[in-house]
Amino acid sequence: MSDIKAPVLQDYVPIPELHPGAMAGVKPFKASAEHQAALGFPGTLVDDWKAVAIKRLGELVDGSRALKVYLDSCVKCGACTDKCHYFLGTSDPRNMPVARQDLLRKVYRRYFTWAGRLFPWLVGATDLTEDVLDSWYTYYHQCSQCRRCSVFCPFGIDTAEVSMAAREILDSVGVGQKYCNEILGKVHKIGNNLGLPEPALRNTLEGLEEDVKEATGVDVRFPVDVVGAEVLLITPSADFFAEPHIDGLIGYAKVFHQAGISWTVSSQASEAANFAMFIGSREQMQKVAQRVRDAAIALKVKRIVVGECGHAWRVAYAFWSTLIGPLDFLDPRYPRPQHICEVTEGLIARGALKLDPSANDDKVVTFHDSCNVARATRMGDRPGGQFTVPRSVIRSVCAHFVDMDPATIGDRTFCCGGGGGLLTDDLMELRVKGALPRMQALDAVVQGKKVTHMAAICAICKTQFSKVMPYYGLPREMVISVHQLVGDAIVLGAKE
Amino acid sequence: MSAWTLAYAVLLYVAFTVLVGGVIYKIGIYAMTPAPLRIPTMPAPRTRLGVVARLGREVGLFASLFRGDKWAWIWSYLFHVSLLLVLIQHLRYVLVPIPEWVVLESPFGSYAAFVLLISLAGLLGRRLMIARVRFVTAPSDYLMLVLLLVIATTGALMRFVDRANIVGFKVFIQGLMALHPEPLPTAPLILVHVASVALLMVIFPFSKLLHAPGVFFSPTRNQTDSSRLEAQGAGEAGGSVGAEPVAQGGTLREGVR
Repeated sequence: MSDIKAPVLQDYVPIPELHPGAMAGVKPFKASAEHQAALGFPGTLVDDWKAVAIKRLGELVDGSRALKVYLDSCVKCGACTDKCHYFLGTSDPRNMPVARQDLLRKVYRRYFTWAGRLFPWLVGATDLTEDVLDSWYTYYHQCSQCRRCSVFCPFGIDTAEVSMAAREILDSVGVGQKYCNEILGKVHKIGNNLGLPEPALRNTLEGLEEDVKEATGVDVRFPVDVVGAEVLLITPSADFFAEPHIDGLIGYAKVFHQAGISWTVSSQASEAANFAMFIGSREQMQKVAQRVRDAAIALKVKRIVVGECGHAWRVAYAFWSTLIGPLDFLDPRYPRPQHICEVTEGLIARGALKLDPSANDDKVVTFHDSCNVARATRMGDRPGGQFTVPRSVIRSVCAHFVDMDPATIGDRTFCCGGGGGLLTDDLMELRVKGALPRMQALDAVVQGKKVTHMAAICAICKTQFSKVMPYYGLPREMVISVHQLVGDAIVLGAKE
Repeated sequence: MSAWTLAYAVLLYVAFTVLVGGVIYKIGIYAMTPAPLRIPTMPAPRTRLGVVARLGREVGLFASLFRGDKWAWIWSYLFHVSLLLVLIQHLRYVLVPIPEWVVLESPFGSYAAFVLLISLAGLLGRRLMIARVRFVTAPSDYLMLVLLLVIATTGALMRFVDRANIVGFKVFIQGLMALHPEPLPTAPLILVHVASVALLMVIFPFSKLLHAPGVFFSPTRNQTDSSRLEAQGAGEAGGSVGAEPVAQGGTLREGVR
């Protein structure tokens, strides 16, 4: 634990006084020329960067109705100004969503609107300078693209769209972020974010089979590249060995085992995450998604099930149909794609899993709605299923469940503080401070309702929480996978 | 034709052309710009009809703003409603004969001027007093409110204090509409009021006032939650109005194996 000072938890999260420049010095490491080249981006700042950046900005705005409308429409009403966890945690006014958007908007207005061309001083338009470019790199990497601000905007202005565009422009002039771009390189080269090659993957999963056999006496399989399996599981590679993620993977395997559903992971697409979304690159996002389609066809599966990963579920649920659709080679009787929580909820509903919730009697559980799941996707067949399905699964396997403050869950949920490609140690100060609103809400139920565990359905959330919770005096073991609760409650062999 | 009449006739023709032409142009641009990815803020409606309802709540009630900031909602809602009432009241200058409902609305439209003034003062006050809002405010944001205050103040003065020659003004407007300008009453309040309105009309398509058409084109608010339907190959986004999604109903449960 470094010497970063976490904000003190109070009874509520106060709206901070403004401290301009408080986070101006916090920025992630830049991508090396090698990382940039692997994605087809220039390795260092190009000579005519200004012209390139303005041209790219124009192209992006012309290709996106969202950007076009959002860069025009903001009336500076201020409704979003106290909604961002990074502003609440850092008090830097550039972390207010509208101020973050304005970093790009003021350049757009200068070069692409009459008002900005003729009266820049009047409408707050400015030239694109090296300082402005630098502020983009800093503050667009202090946005986790969680879209909480867009919920409260009277015009639905989505800062994530602006932030993605800014990162895409930065990449196009040769200023990339190391964390995201290095990871994308690994996905292309090896198949997953963690750079886990196929033999290591097989080895890890065999190890898991032995562990589960030892713990339960039952042969639960963790198959790799099984042609003709019914389900292709696309899950974040953190599930293969990070804690607490791996217990979630064991949970999925037990669900499939108990329900008699044959499944497999793919060594070619051994990663659900699609960090191309974070850097705003449609082209990269399509390429990364294409692996999944190719793997599903090669393995002749009937269904694609996505594991616990927030932004991956967004890409799968909302974008796959555009990027790699239609998924008409899959069994039409199931949603395409399907979330693991939907699978488990359906199986529980028809009694296909024998469950013993007393296995989780030692826990009082709350649930963290992941931003991308909450505000960009759905589960189940009803609006709001993304909130009710995971909770229904938890309630089926655990007797003691309580929710956190309603203003911090559902579509008003706070980001964990590590989403959007910011889950890197070089942004630890930002991550610790940005976790404040969630930590406050969690601490309140820990104190008031004796909550012992917070379940999550996102690899980034799980990693982020287990890293930052100690800064707030909360034990890191509190964070668990929803499917760890499921896995622990399943009575294996009962149906055999 | 007096110099005043000529100047104001030209001014209003230009302002009207810029406003209508500019907004139509912008709407055309918004409509033609592609929105390739599905980004509705969830939970989102699954049908076109649901989207109409969602946009209705946004435009009619400012539903998202209400969730986000109660004071901003109060001031801006009062502002927009009173502005609407005042605009309806002004239809009497355009329509011949004046329809019954405009006559009935007239007292509301008149007294709405006070609500308009109070709400504009409220909007300006919070913009000045709340540090977060002040931080994101450009000079044009203040000037826009000042311009609206000038329009509302001169209008209210002409209605309640120094009664304007509204019959003469109607003749002037009717003349403009007939492309045959009649003399403009040149009371200073009329001159300031009309010039300010013309300026606002000119500014509209070049400024944040585009939020008015913009909200209808906002993908986070006007898209249906239908990505999985498209993945199924079940046709166009959202299907037809009122159509029930066919995909999930019978298939979600792990019933078929």
